[in-house]
Amino acid sequence: MEWKKKTLWLEFELPLVELEERIQTVQDSADVRGLDVSSEVQRLREKAERLGREIFAKLEPWQRVQLARHPRRPTTNDFIQHIFSEFDELHGDRMFRDDAAIVGGLAVLEDRNLMIIGHQKGRDTKSNIKRNFGMAHPEGYRKALRLMHMAARFGRPVVTFIDTPGAFPGVGAEERGQAEAIARNLREMADLPVPIVVVITGEGGSGGALALGVGDRVYMLENAIYSVISPEGCAAILWRDNTKAADAAKAMKLTAADALNLGVVDGIIDEPIGGAHRDHKTVALRVKAQIQDTLAELEGLSADQLRDQRLEKFLAMGIYDQVPSG
Amino acid sequence: MSWLDQAAKGIKALTRKKDIPDNLWRKCPSCSEILYHRELERNLWVCGACGHHLPFTTEQYLELLIDAGTWQETHRGIVSKDSLGFKDSKSYKDRIKASRKKTGKDDAVLTGKGELEQIPVVVSMLDFTFMGGSMGSVVGEKIARALLDSLRDRSANIILSRSGGARMQESLLSLMQMAKTSAVLARLRNEAIPYISILTHPTTGGVTASFAMLGDVIIAEPGALIGFAGPRVIKQTINSDLPDGFQSSEFLLEHGMVDQIVTRKELKQTLARMLRWCVAGRDVSVRQPIRG
Repeated sequence: MEWKKKTLWLEFELPLVELEERIQTVQDSADVRGLDVSSEVQRLREKAERLGREIFAKLEPWQRVQLARHPRRPTTNDFIQHIFSEFDELHGDRMFRDDAAIVGGLAVLEDRNLMIIGHQKGRDTKSNIKRNFGMAHPEGYRKALRLMHMAARFGRPVVTFIDTPGAFPGVGAEERGQAEAIARNLREMADLPVPIVVVITGEGGSGGALALGVGDRVYMLENAIYSVISPEGCAAILWRDNTKAADAAKAMKLTAADALNLGVVDGIIDEPIGGAHRDHKTVALRVKAQIQDTLAELEGLSADQLRDQRLEKFLAMGIYDQVPSG
Repeated sequence: MSWLDQAAKGIKALTRKKDIPDNLWRKCPSCSEILYHRELERNLWVCGACGHHLPFTTEQYLELLIDAGTWQETHRGIVSKDSLGFKDSKSYKDRIKASRKKTGKDDAVLTGKGELEQIPVVVSMLDFTFMGGSMGSVVGEKIARALLDSLRDRSANIILSRSGGARMQESLLSLMQMAKTSAVLARLRNEAIPYISILTHPTTGGVTASFAMLGDVIIAEPGALIGFAGPRVIKQTINSDLPDGFQSSEFLLEHGMVDQIVTRKELKQTLARMLRWCVAGRDVSVRQPIRG
């Protein structure tokens, strides 16, 4: 039990989890004995809220990395379930196989028909093996592209959910053109004639994330991360020591606030105190509201306006100096 | 300095032959044959015994590919900035400074316009000697501008790649250069402006996973390492040995990822043939309805 608890919760959130368990225990034993403990429970609840605010007010980048990877964090399928009234999953790239690390399909949000595509992680060993920990092969990106082209043909907006450690580095992935599959998605997404809304929900890992990330608007959950390489990978290369991942996480500016500051994302969606994993429904409803507001804003634009603004958006990214030459 | 002077300076730099002593030699890294510099120079730095392609500088490629006297460098003076205050064992600022001093170059890419067998071309060449040819804001911006030049002038685009991928010290901004360059390539494709990608040793990571794999035609030099993930990372992930020749040009050709493997000697004429095939074809932009 103790072991299981430690694997499901992070070190820094344990005091909060333990306090909440204590509240539950007090409540349960009082219920059994028919005692009124409401003032004691109220006091403990207030304490828990204060503690939660304290812990989450000063998170280090590395702690955000851990939250973004939290085993209880809502996955794409959780968001789909909470946000859309209908969902028909579509499978396969029509070339090689169906990649379960990316899910996608036809969805209805209130009165809108949308194409939904997202990385899918598992929640335990078995489902993670099926989902390959959310690391797609080329066929995953090609399925995503097939669905985006279908959305374009039928004039439906595309919403993507990003949550991946990165594209899978394996022999088969290279043989089947991992780089080509990602590159093609970048080009085709830039040119799609329908609105694209991107939500980075957990890990935005490198090119494997960006392959679903070229949108008209890009949002990040408060504790999501977005980076060019994993902190471990960066530490291994630049520090030659992969235990320096926390230092790398800090240096890489990978939090939502950093990404907003660099002009890479358009907005941050707040998570409940304690993180998205503690209340899937609340965070999903916030994501839903953001998608609706954004689509309302984009729907008036023509295909060419969307394409032009999307190109301008990505052309503007980057920071450099211009010095006199000659 | 006028553009004419600049061009003249460029030509001089391109045509200047270094004095190479007769006795200078090196071993072929592939077959260990003793190779004399004078002969290597004549043979475009290709081993006469086994055909191994040794590293070639950006200036050597320009001399090889661009008609003499036609080259004009573009988008000079765009230089890297340490926007994140990045520091690992060394600060990014110092790394940039050291690379600029070592190479005498602004950053890891050179862009310009010229003619290739009288065909007007816009060319970008990555330079592996500058921080491993890595793509940060400057490389992405200059390549995007060169692609926009092609779009405006309706002239063919060529990018010669050799790069370790995205530049980690610019983190997310580097990642976004993949989207930026690929987004402009969508426009070239819609306008049927030919783009040929040349992959040389080594081309990996975010460069492969963006413009390098998006050519109308993709050409690889013999024996180059080309891939998305580096071989070491893959080996660690799958925890077993990699197949022979994995991620070589020949491996990519076999798996359908590149169109041709072309030796340095044949590179210019091959490019010229392909570009002549592409430019000024039938206008197919207006679609007629099938029934009136």
